[in-house]
Amino acid sequence: MDILFLLIPLSVALGLLILGALGWAVWRGQFDSLEPEAERILQSD
Amino acid sequence: MNESPAANPIYNDTVVRQFSLAAVVWGVVGMLVGVFIAAQLAWPELNFGIPWLSYGRLRPLHTNAVIFAFGGCALFGTSYYVVQRTCQVPLFLGKLAAFHFWAWQAVIVAAAISLPMGYTQGKEYAELEWPIDILITIAWLSYAIVFFGTIGIRKVRHIYVANWFYASFIIAVAILHIVNSAAIPAGWMKSYSAYAGVQDAMIQWWYGHNAVGFFLTAGFLGMMYYFIPKQAERPVYSYRLSIVHFWALIFTYMWAGPHHLHYTALPDWTQSIGMVFSLILLAPSWGGMINGVMTLSGAWHKLRDDPVLRFLIVSLSFYGMSTFEGPMMSIKTVNALSHYTDWTIGHVHSGALGWVGFITMGSLYFLIPRLFGQKKMYSVKAIEVHFWIATIGVVLYIAAMWIAGVMQGLMWRAINADGTLTYTFVESVKATYPFYVIRVIGGLLYLGGMLIMAWNTWKTVAGGRSVRINVPLPQAA
Repeated sequence: MDILFLLIPLSVALGLLILGALGWAVWRGQFDSLEPEAERILQSD
Repeated sequence: MNESPAANPIYNDTVVRQFSLAAVVWGVVGMLVGVFIAAQLAWPELNFGIPWLSYGRLRPLHTNAVIFAFGGCALFGTSYYVVQRTCQVPLFLGKLAAFHFWAWQAVIVAAAISLPMGYTQGKEYAELEWPIDILITIAWLSYAIVFFGTIGIRKVRHIYVANWFYASFIIAVAILHIVNSAAIPAGWMKSYSAYAGVQDAMIQWWYGHNAVGFFLTAGFLGMMYYFIPKQAERPVYSYRLSIVHFWALIFTYMWAGPHHLHYTALPDWTQSIGMVFSLILLAPSWGGMINGVMTLSGAWHKLRDDPVLRFLIVSLSFYGMSTFEGPMMSIKTVNALSHYTDWTIGHVHSGALGWVGFITMGSLYFLIPRLFGQKKMYSVKAIEVHFWIATIGVVLYIAAMWIAGVMQGLMWRAINADGTLTYTFVESVKATYPFYVIRVIGGLLYLGGMLIMAWNTWKTVAGGRSVRINVPLPQAA
């Protein structure tokens, strides 16, 4: 099962990438005030 | 005084229109091939002795057409619409988006020619030979540049949750495609996989299941989180939950693939990991399903009068059903009965026809009139008829396959007192015949609904015109 030496590091890398994206979003205040954002798509078209 | 047009750019809806109409056309084609091969299983004479029409060649044509042509075009069109509307900017590099459209159509045509001719890499859902794989990669990178570029130049600071789902779909499918399709060419339309034996099986189902997870789930959830609130004219039930849904889903999806390889040469512990991750997936899936359905909380009456909304909400009930059924089938003891039977086919189609098909149809019914300057589709009554015959079609299809699958599983494992098998394989095939016929009827109904949609789309487009919609000016904050 040599393939696990590809798939497991790839999964770890992707996990870190996702974690990084989540960190970026939290850090940049993407989730600071959520309720107006759900409403916003209904206003514009 | 109106603002001068120069200061007020126009949304790039041309590519959205192209992809939306292409989705309807390829939907009809892909489903027609599906009905034909379903009929071949009931009446094998329909091969007519012509190699191009043999089941083994047409089956990948069907799957490629419905997933990558119908589903793909719908995802591209809606994502280009959603990302522009939620970021309030026109597409980044609109010409590249136009290239993406034509490159993707070229991929579809190449598939429609090469698969019946027998060219295949022999990898399920990744059959296309290496030159086409390279074209897919180029088209996909163009898509990624346009989509992420548009997010990069957005005028709205917050990135709406639907865009996160589309974004994860774009990145994940790019990685899956490149890793799984790695091959050594041996001529223009022949290649050998870079992996062999059980290694190849593991890569194939890592790809295969994540293609279900990111192409057929995450992408269409992006559609769900935009078009259900829009059609219902209400914000999603819990925006907070939609964000938890997203991160939980993408963190847990990647390792569900080994459940396709239970009781094979794959190491036992790898199979168990696949099963455990599949079971975990039930939680985010149902969280999202409940979130979407509860968007109608306090406004359930809208379901009574609005067939478009009904498509969207019923798609979620099929999403909920198949995301419950899937984890259950991944349990090894259940899988011992269900694997290699038509139960699997039933499961896939409850997801494909019920979830992916319905959410797409609902979203397109929302989108097409707006793209052509109309308030609603040419005939709302026809949407109603489409909804009911498609629903009956799905139910006939999946019920027939459930019964057939459980029956096959039980017949294959039945053992006489002396230890010999009770049934030969061909006896189970014979017993399945009536269910194959019921499936053809279900498929015909579903295809019939799609034809009604194509007619309705034609009439809507013919009575409308391609509208140019201005990007709203930034409001004084």
